[in-house]
Amino acid sequence: MAYSDKVIDHYSNPRNVGTLDKSKKNVGTGLVGAPECGDVMRLQIEVDENTNTITDAKFKTFGCGSAIASSSLATEWLKGKTVDEALAIDNMEIVEELALPPVKIHCSVLAEDAIKSAINDYRVKNGLPELEMAKSHH
Amino acid sequence: MLKLPIYLDNNATTPLDPRVLEAMMPYLTEVFGNAASRNHPFGWAAEEAVDYAREQIAGLINCDPKEIIFTSGATESDNLGIKGVFEMYSQKGNHIITATTEHKAVLDTCKHIEKLGGRVTYLPVNELGLISLEELEAAMTPQTILVTIMYGNNETGTIQPIREIAAIAHKHGALFMTDGTQAVGKVPVDVIADGIDLMAFTAHKMYGPKGVGALYVRRKNPRVKVTAQMDGGGHERGMRSGTLNVPGIVGLGKACELCKQEMEADTQRLSAMRDRLERELLTLEESYVNGSREHRLPHVANISFKYVEGEGLMMGVKDLAVSSGSACTSASLEPSYVLKALGLSDDLAHSSLRFGLSRFSTDEQIDYAINHVKEAVTKLREMSPLWEMFKEGIDLNSIEWAEH
Repeated sequence: MAYSDKVIDHYSNPRNVGTLDKSKKNVGTGLVGAPECGDVMRLQIEVDENTNTITDAKFKTFGCGSAIASSSLATEWLKGKTVDEALAIDNMEIVEELALPPVKIHCSVLAEDAIKSAINDYRVKNGLPELEMAKSHH
Repeated sequence: MLKLPIYLDNNATTPLDPRVLEAMMPYLTEVFGNAASRNHPFGWAAEEAVDYAREQIAGLINCDPKEIIFTSGATESDNLGIKGVFEMYSQKGNHIITATTEHKAVLDTCKHIEKLGGRVTYLPVNELGLISLEELEAAMTPQTILVTIMYGNNETGTIQPIREIAAIAHKHGALFMTDGTQAVGKVPVDVIADGIDLMAFTAHKMYGPKGVGALYVRRKNPRVKVTAQMDGGGHERGMRSGTLNVPGIVGLGKACELCKQEMEADTQRLSAMRDRLERELLTLEESYVNGSREHRLPHVANISFKYVEGEGLMMGVKDLAVSSGSACTSASLEPSYVLKALGLSDDLAHSSLRFGLSRFSTDEQIDYAINHVKEAVTKLREMSPLWEMFKEGIDLNSIEWAEH
C-alpha cells in the first residue's frame, strides 16, 4: 500500500514532536491507544487561560506512519485554536487532509481521541467538568 | 554503486537466478510440447526435460526421481499432502498433529480437515519456536495418521528437530510430512536420513520461478499414497492431474541443481552476513532476536526493537524491502500469530522486523541496512511516548491503557 505524499511529509518531518511540562496547570495531556494494539499517542496542549487559546501543542506517537502523521497534523491544527474550536476537530477532516485509506481511519480516530483527552485533562485540572467522549469508535 | 531499494525479503520470494532463466528459455519458446504427448518428438522433448528436472530435484533431497509430484507451489503441495493422506488413510484413523507456528497453507488446510470430521492437535512451541517432543509423543494416538511439522519457519527461521519428530511419528504408525518451503535448497534436507514421508516445497523460494512446486511422496518403506485433489488426465501417477508446467519444472530442476552445488558456500557467506547484521542491530538497546539462534536457517534474522512499531519502522527504512510482524493494516490489528506463539507480548510482536538474505545479497547492502535501521529506530524512539516512559523508569504494565 502506498502512502500519500502528505503522510510521508508528516512522517519524515514531524511537526511538534516533544514533551510539555505536564505538572503545569495550563497543560493538558492525552494518552490514548495501547501498546498491544500497535499504536499509542500522547498529545499535549498548553492553554492561555485568559484567551482560552492553545498556544503550544506537542506529540509523541508509537505507531505506523499514518498514526504519526495524524498526530503531527493534529498538533499543527491545534496551535492558535481556542479550546472550543479544538473540540470541534473531527477525525474525518484528518482522513481527508492526509488521504488515509479505510484501513487507516482508526489512526485519525485515535488522534481525535487524543485531542479530546488532552482537553479533558486540562478541564479537570482547572476545575471544569469532564466532557463526555461523544464518539465511541472502538 | 549501491542500488536502492535493497531487497531483504527473501523469505517472501527470491529473485530468479539468471542461470535458471537460461535453462527455462527454450521451453518457453521452441520446445513447447506437452509432456504427456507420447506420440511425437515435441512431447518426447518435453517429457525428457521433465524427467531430467526430476533427477535434479531428487539429487537435492536424496529421493528417487519417481517420488516427485509436480504442483503449482507449496500451498498446493501442503493441501495435497494433508487432504490426500486424510482421504487415503481414513480407514486407519482421522487424527492429524501439527503445530501452531505452521504456515497458513497447513493451518487452514487442517481447519478444513476438522470441518470434514477429522481431529487435529495443534502443538504449542516454546519461546525459541520449537515443539516439545514429549508433547508430541503424548499427543500420538492409534488414530493418528499424520504428523505434519514444518522444517524451517518462514518468520523466524527456526528449524524443528525433524529426525526426532519423524521417529516418534513412525513409532506410533503415523506418516511424517514436513513443509520444506523455506528449508529446501538452504540447508541439507535428506528425506531418507530425516525420515520424511511427504514434503512440500516450491521453486520461488530458492531462486526458481513462481507457480511451480512439488510434493515429495515416499514410494518405499512405506509406500505412501495420497488421494488426488485435482481430477483429470491422471498425470503424476494419478496424484495430480493437469498438463505439466514444463518451463517451470525445468526451472525448479535447475534451481535445485544450483542449490546443491552452492549450498555450502552460500550458507557460509549468508550466515556470516546475517550474524554481522544481527550483532550490529543488537547493539541498539532493547532489541531482541525472535526464535532459536542455534537451530535456525542461515539467511534469516527476526529482531524486535522495543518501543518502536514495526510498520512505522518499515516506512522509516524505505530503502529496504523487509517485512514486519506487525499487521496494522489488517482489520483485526492482530500482530503475527507465529511470534505470539513464541510467547512474545503483542507490543514486541508489533515491533519486529524480518530480514531474509539471498545468494545475491552483498556486504555493501548489509552495511547500508545496518546504518539505515539504526537511524530509523533511533529517530522513531525519539518520537515514541513508550520509549520516553521506559527511559523515565515507568513500568508500562502499570498503565491502564485504553484498549481500542
